[in-house]
Amino acid sequence: MRVGVITFPGSLDDRDALRAVRLAGAEPVALWHDSHDLQGVDALIIPGGFSYGDYLRCGAIAAHSPIMAEVVAAANKGLPVLGICNGFQILVESHLLDGGLIRNDHGTFIRRDQKLRVENVDTAWTNRYELGQEITIPLKNGEGGFIADEETLKRLEGDGLVAFRYVDVNPNGSLNDIAGLRNARGNVVGLMPHPEHAVEAGFGPDAERMQSGTDGLAMFVSVLTDTVLSK
Amino acid sequence: MPTVIVEVMPKEVLLDPAGKATARALQRFGDGEITDVRIGKRFEITLNTPATPELLAHIADLARDVLSNQVIEDVTSIRVAE
Amino acid sequence: MTELVLDTVENAAATPDKHQPFELLGLKADEYAQIREILGRRPTSGELAMYSVMWSEHCSYKSSKVHLRQFGQKVSDDMKKHLMVGMGENAGVVDIGEGWAVTFKIESHNHPSYIEPFQGAATGVGGIVRDIISMGARPVAVMDALRFGAIDHEDTNRVVGGVVSGISFYGNCLGLPNIGGETWFDSVYQANPLVNALAVGALRHEDLHLANAKGVGNRVVLFGARTGGDGIGGASILASDTFAEGGPTKRPAVQVGDPFAEKVLIECCLELFQADCVEGIQDLGAAGISCATSELASNGDGGMHIVLDNVLLRDPTLTAEEILMSESQERMMAVVKPEKLDAFMAVINKWDVEASDLGQVTDTGRLIIEWHGQTIVDVDPRTVAVDGPVYNRPMSYPTWLDALQADTASALPRATDGTGLREQFLTLIGSPNEADTDWITNQYDYYVMGNTALHTPDGAGMIRIDEESGLGVALATDANGRYCQLDPYVGAQLALVESYRNVATSGATPMAVSDCLNFGSPENPEVMWQFAQSVEGLADGCLELGIPVTGGNVSFYNQTGDVPIHPTPVVAVMGSIDNVARRLPSGWQDEGENLYLLGVTREELDGSSWAGSVHNHLGGTPPIVDFDAEKSLAGLLSAAAYEGIVTSAIDLSTGGLIKAVADGVLRFGVGARIWINELMQRDGIDETAALFSESSARVIVSVDRTDDVKFRGLCEGRNVPVLRIGVTDNGGAGLEVQDLFTVTVDELSATHRATLPKHFGPVVGG
Repeated sequence: MRVGVITFPGSLDDRDALRAVRLAGAEPVALWHDSHDLQGVDALIIPGGFSYGDYLRCGAIAAHSPIMAEVVAAANKGLPVLGICNGFQILVESHLLDGGLIRNDHGTFIRRDQKLRVENVDTAWTNRYELGQEITIPLKNGEGGFIADEETLKRLEGDGLVAFRYVDVNPNGSLNDIAGLRNARGNVVGLMPHPEHAVEAGFGPDAERMQSGTDGLAMFVSVLTDTVLSK
Repeated sequence: MPTVIVEVMPKEVLLDPAGKATARALQRFGDGEITDVRIGKRFEITLNTPATPELLAHIADLARDVLSNQVIEDVTSIRVAE
Repeated sequence: MTELVLDTVENAAATPDKHQPFELLGLKADEYAQIREILGRRPTSGELAMYSVMWSEHCSYKSSKVHLRQFGQKVSDDMKKHLMVGMGENAGVVDIGEGWAVTFKIESHNHPSYIEPFQGAATGVGGIVRDIISMGARPVAVMDALRFGAIDHEDTNRVVGGVVSGISFYGNCLGLPNIGGETWFDSVYQANPLVNALAVGALRHEDLHLANAKGVGNRVVLFGARTGGDGIGGASILASDTFAEGGPTKRPAVQVGDPFAEKVLIECCLELFQADCVEGIQDLGAAGISCATSELASNGDGGMHIVLDNVLLRDPTLTAEEILMSESQERMMAVVKPEKLDAFMAVINKWDVEASDLGQVTDTGRLIIEWHGQTIVDVDPRTVAVDGPVYNRPMSYPTWLDALQADTASALPRATDGTGLREQFLTLIGSPNEADTDWITNQYDYYVMGNTALHTPDGAGMIRIDEESGLGVALATDANGRYCQLDPYVGAQLALVESYRNVATSGATPMAVSDCLNFGSPENPEVMWQFAQSVEGLADGCLELGIPVTGGNVSFYNQTGDVPIHPTPVVAVMGSIDNVARRLPSGWQDEGENLYLLGVTREELDGSSWAGSVHNHLGGTPPIVDFDAEKSLAGLLSAAAYEGIVTSAIDLSTGGLIKAVADGVLRFGVGARIWINELMQRDGIDETAALFSESSARVIVSVDRTDDVKFRGLCEGRNVPVLRIGVTDNGGAGLEVQDLFTVTVDELSATHRATLPKHFGPVVGG
């Protein structure tokens, strides 16, 4: 299985996403923003960072980059796509997922080990979790506040499109504690926290032992054993 | 209820990274007509009294001291909305 | 005003009597006369611009040079063993084995951070990171050492908020983990905060690059951001003047940082190195093109011919002098072989970076700069970059120092019972300099890159360099301005041994030092004496410890009005560890382990955190330094970490034993019960000294009971004084000092965590 990771100018966690793919047992493939070639990958990840400096709106400029035209087309045909942090913002700006992400309600960048509840396991990226499972993975962003109008919010909740919800602490003022979404088909998932930083014992969040948390790994394993979708 | 509109722009002489990045993005969609973008801030300040010259002067002070950082920004316009 | 007649070399020779505003550019009359003598004529305005910025204190080290030489002189052969590049380059480079090298440096951005805290701090991070890139390394982490005014002063919030969000913004956007640092509050820094940023990078030995322009005919290429009017004259004017009196008119334009441009520049440079397109490289920081051209030429074949018209401008109205002085950020200058220019440009274009070919390397011994077809600069680059003025500034022993040293902490009232000691302990751990810094560090990303093995609040930060073998480096920064005020020689050494010890407690072996020397005005003989003492202390200390100083910087003129800051030599120590999996955290994770105190406790309360936070007192003489004890301790820790027989190690410094135990409890929320009777008896001290004394060369370790015998054997073998002082205990008691007092984990945590949020706002998630 080959999983692509797109690098935009300003991508930061691209190497981490590539490492997570490798640790999950797949072949990582580096993709470049300025190309129309997805290199035939079986799934792809849009990593975290500050693409194009996040200067206009987070993810806005990246959403209009050459490769995203291909990503949107492929996603609409069922290619599994995971957007992490800035990648989630790019998916939202590309209208592959609903809503928007704005400045954290407290106004500053926040980095913390964040507890989440897995709200939906019928996706390409969450099928290795138990429904309702609580996981802890790092969160780090300045603009992670999820917003949507009331109607959209109702639809997202009604259709079961919330993939992850913040537990204990809502770190950015996200509506309904929404940390991540899926699309209707279940192949596209986006979330603000960073599963790729909880895949290797010794370099993850504190868990039973210091930095031993690997709760994010299942997300990358899910796509390998994806039985939810037929591609 | 009058609304006072204050506009703040990054100082001309200083780099505007956001404007520069946005200009680059816009240039991809055109034929080179767009040469530059500068991004500023617009504040809409609602009052519950008429916008007297004294009050506007007060708002000008606030614009200079609070809404803008004079080291890196200029207040480029203060006006009462129609 | 734009001059109608271009001030060419020809014109300068023809108009020797033209008045030039050298004073406004920060040059002294004798320095100006020296320039005229070097050139055999008056300088052109372009040359004057170059000399003025390059001869400023900031760029030329003219007041500090005579002292800094010791760092190169007090060096044994053994200290040079791992040194690939020493002082004088952009940053020192140390061989850490397995074909890997590490480059690191700490640098100040103090004055800009007071004027515009956000941009000042942000561009400070940007500048130090470019130093690392220009050695050929991939930056892998940053740290910051910060000093602010009194926490309750009305202006402190502005400076703290701006500086922290500036570091957060720039470092996070660059994708560099921020793995540690330190924060102090003291009114001596009120109108002069210190922002010292450290960056560390890793490279394969063969990727080493240097800042020199060699190979006649090679092209000189400027790339990265365009040149604008940022911080013109900032280098000299900011660093050679105080702004207490000046007001806005004296404030030059600040630089605005663009971390996105810098991130792209990092990746672009690394790809250029990979493609072997670069012969020599230099980042543009203070003094911009003036500095880059003159330094590259001085370190290379000696000459360079530049056409300044080729510089890509953001502001087309800039004059030649302004272009030479501009401090626009995110720019680099490379020396490229002509036949590799196409390959170079291919990488540049891939990253959507702009570049311009400015000219070429020559062997004429002259730096020649053309503008509009005429020569406006014709100088020997060494006279600009290397052979600047050197001052042997007068020094005098401070008139106030004897009285300060006589006012010891011995007269301060001490608590005599458990209740009183408990109260003092809680005051201490809630005091601004001992309090939890989550409010700051929660704004920094330490996860990015996935190689962070230790980070705040551990005593040292640690980064994995090689993913296969686990080879890594640990870094710590320390300085204690209070000790340095009492004795700048010993104070500087205490900073050194503390930083050294912090690296050792992580399990790493200390290897090298970078220092950022923050002082008042060198024109004040008492400050100059403090500076000389600190440098001597550091150089002597490094020789004792056997670790070389590889670089750093000097920041003078840190004062408000006539009042200088406390001398603040920030010392960064870097160490290596063969596998980061063997790292030691600053706290215990399990109950039932034994706690051992290593080292000897003396009655050393002068200048202590206890004297400061409980009694608001500063006087006396700082703790003594024992280099042999520090070395034995570091050797023991490294061996114990290697053999896996200690589970954590915590350095004892400010706040003494009780603060270290509190840190150990708070790290993972596992309590501890300690007893101090044996310690008091063995070392002949009372409760206050046992708990709060700041004697150096001490560490607490936690040891699993099954490793007890082995551990004691190790201590005996290495002749390190050891005393079992407690056990870890998750029984819910929290931190108990037997027979004296108990504080629950919740109360301890709440007290420790309340202080910064009280002044600056809540921490997300409490």
